[in-house]
Amino acid sequence: MEEFSFANQLFQYLITGLTVGSVYAMVAIGFNIIYNVTEIINLAQGEFVMLGGLIMVFLHAVAGLPLILAFPITVILVTLVGMLLDRLAIRPIRQPSVLTLIIATIAASIIIKGTAMFIWGKDPFDLPAFSGRTPINFLGAVIQPQYFWVIGFLIVTVILLTLFFEKTIIGKAMSACADNPDAASLMGINVKWMILLSFSLSAAIGAVAGITVTPISLMEYDRGAMLAIKGFGAVVLGGLGSFPGAILGGLILGTIESFGAGLISSGYKDAFALIVLLAVLFFRPSGLLGSVEISKIKRF
Amino acid sequence: MLRIRKLPIIGFALFIIVFPWIAGTIPAIGNYPDLMIFAGIYCLITIGLSLLMGYAGQISLGQAAFYGIGAYVSAILTVHFGLSPWFCMVIGMLIASAVAVLVGVPSLKLRGHYLAMATLAFGIIVFIVFNEEIEWTGGPDGISGIPGLSLFGFEFDTVLKYYYLVWFLVFAAFIFTINVIQSRSGRALRAIHISEAASSAMGVNVSRFKIMVFVYSAILASLAGSLYAHYLNFINPSTFDLFFSIKLLIMIALGGMHEVWGAIVGAFLVTFLSFEWLHFFEEFEVIVYGIILLLVTIFLPHGLVGIPGIVKGWFRR
Amino acid sequence: MNETLTEHILEVEEVVMAFGGLMALINLNFQVKKGMIKAIIGPNGAGKTTLFNVITGTFPPTEGAVRFKRQSIERLKAHEIAKLGISRTFQTVELFTNMSVLENVMVGCHTRTRSSFIASGFRLPQVKRKEAQIRSKAMEVLEFIGLTDRSEESADSLPLGDRKILEIGRALATEPELVCLDEPAAGLNETETQAAADLIKRIKEKGITILLVEHDMKVVMDISDEIMVLNYGEKIAEGIPEEIQNNHKVIEAYLGGEEDYA
Repeated sequence: MEEFSFANQLFQYLITGLTVGSVYAMVAIGFNIIYNVTEIINLAQGEFVMLGGLIMVFLHAVAGLPLILAFPITVILVTLVGMLLDRLAIRPIRQPSVLTLIIATIAASIIIKGTAMFIWGKDPFDLPAFSGRTPINFLGAVIQPQYFWVIGFLIVTVILLTLFFEKTIIGKAMSACADNPDAASLMGINVKWMILLSFSLSAAIGAVAGITVTPISLMEYDRGAMLAIKGFGAVVLGGLGSFPGAILGGLILGTIESFGAGLISSGYKDAFALIVLLAVLFFRPSGLLGSVEISKIKRF
Repeated sequence: MLRIRKLPIIGFALFIIVFPWIAGTIPAIGNYPDLMIFAGIYCLITIGLSLLMGYAGQISLGQAAFYGIGAYVSAILTVHFGLSPWFCMVIGMLIASAVAVLVGVPSLKLRGHYLAMATLAFGIIVFIVFNEEIEWTGGPDGISGIPGLSLFGFEFDTVLKYYYLVWFLVFAAFIFTINVIQSRSGRALRAIHISEAASSAMGVNVSRFKIMVFVYSAILASLAGSLYAHYLNFINPSTFDLFFSIKLLIMIALGGMHEVWGAIVGAFLVTFLSFEWLHFFEEFEVIVYGIILLLVTIFLPHGLVGIPGIVKGWFRR
Repeated sequence: MNETLTEHILEVEEVVMAFGGLMALINLNFQVKKGMIKAIIGPNGAGKTTLFNVITGTFPPTEGAVRFKRQSIERLKAHEIAKLGISRTFQTVELFTNMSVLENVMVGCHTRTRSSFIASGFRLPQVKRKEAQIRSKAMEVLEFIGLTDRSEESADSLPLGDRKILEIGRALATEPELVCLDEPAAGLNETETQAAADLIKRIKEKGITILLVEHDMKVVMDISDEIMVLNYGEKIAEGIPEEIQNNHKVIEAYLGGEEDYA
């Protein structure tokens, strides 16, 4: 039998942490897209991930659609939910304040969660891994092939978003909207449409995260809240509004959680990310990359 | 001018006093006094929360933690150490205050989303501690055999007796809070809600007042937790989870958080919704709560107690 | 020398305020004599409001000293400075919109009264007594500023002119020795402006020193004893109104006299 050294184990934690961290990073990117356009923290962000996983389970594992087909359909369905969220919960609010918007997204979050429980019940669901479950041994760590899919999709998402924000007119309009909504609307940009788009985009990214992570960690109806809070932890750690910060924050948070659960206590696994969140809020609320200089280049 | 009238309070007090006798004669609502104990316990928390969120404008999504701290301190000290429940109740409030200061000093420097998320994270961490410190808390199984309350040989051992005890405390908290609101401190809190800059220019020590009101809300929640533990004689962590913090939010949003009365109305409604009226939905009641919360946020930003104002507005036009 | 005999209520010494790389105030020095109205003028972005924020403790200066009645105050918090006797109004009127006119002024009485959270909760007799005192003092202030008959109305419902007056009244309720008024006439019509100017003169008559930021040059020239001109965070001129009117640097700073100095 191969010797399982402490160093190997640490490497294993690192890989697991980066994988989970990629999911947090995607949730964090979703937070930032909506925040930058609307200054809303969408606490229902985690529900998109949950829905992505569970809808995919239904389409692929239950209805038998091939992966290549189920994937985009899932993303589209979750995107529709994101649009509904904007139209039904955010736009109707007549006196928007931080508190009312927080309450509205919490309300949306528990409605989505309850509906998911209604549809799928309380059991966790598994999804076949995209390219099998034969683990790869690398530097003594056992790596599921699915890990590469998760990290890979984070990279793809980042590249696509960069292209979107820098090369397309809509993307540039969205950036303008984030910088100065009044000026943007004077320039003829439909701000309401941009808000809808930001919710759609966030939902789509959340869905991708959910689809790719379900084969590793399963998915159940009540995962959303914790994912949202940890994703927000990643946002704050990186600096609210900063996309590179979201990625960095997500990866660091995932790694801390993985090492904390492995080396300190697995029962407190969920607490580590929250303690990091509190520590950052208390001691450096601007986050790692949230300085004035960075905010100028906060787009990818 | 903000002045809270005495007549409705007296009327409400009379209602609370006679209610068990009325309920006793109507079989269909015979179990209502029992529910009213829970309503009273929730009222204690929402009264503090209304002062914190509605008046001072500081968001807390972690109030369940203080409720849990009160319950667990009472349970652990009475069951493991055999101390007097009343003494434990006071210790619970002291510990809750200490935690509120520790968490509040750094948190209350934050605003808006950051404060909301910090208190949310705090609440979840405390919930995890309740689950994990099995030696003390019994973990997910909780603690049973928590003694009931008695005072000078008088046992609060029936629903009726406990009902009057809880509601006596609710009224004490209610009147205390109303007095604060109508005083210099209350004005300072409402001033902070609108503009911290202007408040401090008027000499209001903004951070001190924020901490004070946070501690006050923590003390009330802790008291409520102790009352809960001694009434049910059993607690487990699931009572103090994130969803309970959200339920508290639903209570004050539904009742209306800009008036203390709203805290009472909301606590009542949510108690009866969850124990009685939403049975039909079973565990899917969460969807109903979500819809209620969303509708209230969109259509009734001042909650149910804001309706008279809206109606008056119609007539004035 | 006459100047050494007159008491300086406020002394600003070598004050620098930097936000990141942006210098909002650069080595600023000036004094305010007790009992006078000193105006601070200058184009937008000259650092006038920043100066107010430094004096009243919104944020500490990056460097330099601020002394009020010979006491260093540059490291004190805003509420401590208010307690010492400096009050202010805000450029963007910051009334407590959730309160009545009277209550706004009653908040102003906060510093000069004491009653604890707990004592208030139990509504002890002394609390009731103090509450009555606060109320009558607030009513006095309302009478002084002429808003007695609107005391029960919501502060939000007042027209802009009255809101600005109320904000001054709220500042007076703190019993200040120095009030910093940030553009009290901005956005007001002629009658309202006149009312504000009259009120400021009456405040001076009570022996209260006034530091005034204002764009309306007619008001400034009319009521100030001394004027200081800021441009890009630096003092470019200081003196009595006549001197300032004829100072070529000042005229230049205002783009060749865009403002009407008449």
